[in-house]
Amino acid sequence: MSDLMKVSSNPHIRSKVTTKSIMLAVVVALLPAAGFGIYNFGLDALILILVTIATTVLTEYLYEKAMHKPVTIGDFSAVVTGLLLALNLPSTAPWWIAVIGGVFAILVVKMLFGGLGQNFMNPALGARCFLLISYTSIMCNFQTDTYTGATPLAALKAGEDVNILDMVIGRTAGTIGETSMIAIVIGACFLLLLGVIDLRIPGTYLVSFIIFLILFGGHGVDPAFISAHLAGGGLMLGAFFMATDYVTRPITKKGQYLYGIFLGVLTGIFRIFGPSAEGVSYAIIIGNLIVPLIEKVTLPKAFGKGGERS
Amino acid sequence: MAKLTFIGGIHPYDGKDLSKDKPIREVLPKGDLVYPLSQHIGAPANPIVKKGDRVLTGQKIAEASGFVSSPIYATVSGTVKAIEPRRVVTGDNVMSIVVENDGLYEEVEWPEVRPFEELTREDKINIIKEAGIVGMGGAGFPTFIKLSPKEPEKIEYVIVNCAECEPYLTSDYRKMLEEPDKLIGGLKVSLSLFENARGILAVEDNKPDCIERLRELTKDEPKIAVKALKTKYPQGSERHLIYAVTGRAINSSQLPADAGCVVNNVDTVIAIYNAVMEGRPLMHRIVTVTGDAIAEPCNFKVRIGTNYHELVEEAGGFKTPPVKIVSGGPMMGFGIFDLDVPTTKTSSALLCMTKDDVSYMEPSACINCGKCVEACPGRVVPRLLADCAEHYDEEGFLKNNGMECCECGCCSYVCPAKRPLTQVIKSMRKMQLAKKKKK
Repeated sequence: MSDLMKVSSNPHIRSKVTTKSIMLAVVVALLPAAGFGIYNFGLDALILILVTIATTVLTEYLYEKAMHKPVTIGDFSAVVTGLLLALNLPSTAPWWIAVIGGVFAILVVKMLFGGLGQNFMNPALGARCFLLISYTSIMCNFQTDTYTGATPLAALKAGEDVNILDMVIGRTAGTIGETSMIAIVIGACFLLLLGVIDLRIPGTYLVSFIIFLILFGGHGVDPAFISAHLAGGGLMLGAFFMATDYVTRPITKKGQYLYGIFLGVLTGIFRIFGPSAEGVSYAIIIGNLIVPLIEKVTLPKAFGKGGERS
Repeated sequence: MAKLTFIGGIHPYDGKDLSKDKPIREVLPKGDLVYPLSQHIGAPANPIVKKGDRVLTGQKIAEASGFVSSPIYATVSGTVKAIEPRRVVTGDNVMSIVVENDGLYEEVEWPEVRPFEELTREDKINIIKEAGIVGMGGAGFPTFIKLSPKEPEKIEYVIVNCAECEPYLTSDYRKMLEEPDKLIGGLKVSLSLFENARGILAVEDNKPDCIERLRELTKDEPKIAVKALKTKYPQGSERHLIYAVTGRAINSSQLPADAGCVVNNVDTVIAIYNAVMEGRPLMHRIVTVTGDAIAEPCNFKVRIGTNYHELVEEAGGFKTPPVKIVSGGPMMGFGIFDLDVPTTKTSSALLCMTKDDVSYMEPSACINCGKCVEACPGRVVPRLLADCAEHYDEEGFLKNNGMECCECGCCSYVCPAKRPLTQVIKSMRKMQLAKKKKK
């Protein structure tokens, strides 16, 4: 009976979207930011990006080989982690920082918790925060040949004037991938068009952050101050590429709105009242930790039990 | 006005172009006909013929054996060859009556049709019951039970499910185009059972020609309206259809009657017309034979009991060897391992595909993307339910509304990690339902 047909449970068709296609889309969407970073900071940035990606992919491969598990580097999630981490490093960082960060992201944050889908915090952000705490001076060294001043946000915090146009385009000091608002938004639009991400989290995140600034920023409704805060630091990269990370955000719609608001408020607190000018990374990481709680309280109601309209 | 629809759902490739312009053609069976005694939900029918008996087309060969049951009629003339277990589309062996076709198609003497005006409500329901009519959309629930709710005066809508939301299926579409009078006639018969009801023909808006034609034909019928629904799978799911049309939502443990509705599918309504107005029992159904493996995709009028092999032959055979054959639509149909099974009252299509999406996509880890939550028309969290089901966590499964799943397959369809969500949830539901029954 060689001509028996294949049988399986319904449905018998599947959409063409795969984990790999989603991850590849994210990589493509990060290319404008990465490209601008390389243009802005030169060869150092390119080398750091390549070293970080090589480290994350190799770490995942070696870990899975050593543990006799199926090798999953083909799904490109390690590439996304590596690229995101690299975009969060200053171009002045030495190569071994990238290696430590990459190994920490994949080995500690991702694989030890069960691999893709099981990590409770964003691996790239986890690694960035680890590096920030452990190698503060290296991670906060934004002095390059082109940029000798402070980052725009630090300048803003010190009460200095900043050039908003430069911030939007990205001609400022900062980490490799965070400086250009335009490049990040182009990538984000690509993901939005493909339906890989939606505006629920980034939208509520940015709006609640703006409201927080108006209420507690000390400048009232000051467009210049607000735009500087939006364009500066890791906010754009965080809102569109890290807060939207599937694994570490709530799965429910209502939960996603709540999560966005939580991140906006937290970022506001860190930036306005905290000692550091930055706050996005920590806000998202703390947000990641309360995701299970958010999911628990926002489980949808079933159809016919009150859930048909939401 | 916002389009009539529901939240969730998906837009798969619909494949209807393959067969939508092919007029319905009758297929005369050549080989043996097999009549499984369970072609409906409820108790299997009781055979009333024995091996060696000669039967005629239209002769009752099995009678209903309980309240929820349905009789079965011979669709050809010939000799009863055996009453034995035969394999059906679900893969089960079901006790079946096998009739050797003598090719004469000799018919019984049809009983005289009583004038419609003389029939009482009970008469009509009895005719429908005796004609062996069951829900022909796929579930196979005996129609007379649907038509006799406890409080018939509380029924406000008699809805004909003309959504045909399953990809590839065009049988309802052809019926609507070719026999709209019978469809409307059948609806009128159903409406005559419910004094306070309005009739609704609910059609997905990917069939504008049907909508136009039905509107034209019903423009002088004050009690009948044609409603266009947004094209989205699973719009034809009973509960979602009721919601789209009336804005009333019922959960899995309620009946359409709780929302003041009675819902029947196109083929079923036409069968009601044939039974009440023409005195014919349920003997045929329309089957779409389609898919990229079929030489000439077609819509056939098939005598129930006809072997699937004959349908494929009639459609010109295979132009490419199929890898997967599905009885029914691709979203909720049954994969069958070979063609040697009979057409039953609920066979809507025979889909032959040259590739199998499912077998070449390896399931991988869930990335929590939330696509299943967005697609789920039952508004549950498939990912969570699948987790509970995989770990046999009954309590969690029930608490998270596992029983509200309608098994439509949307979650498995959209899952980028290709996880068989529907499959595991469905298995767990089956176990829970069986448990409930035992109690």
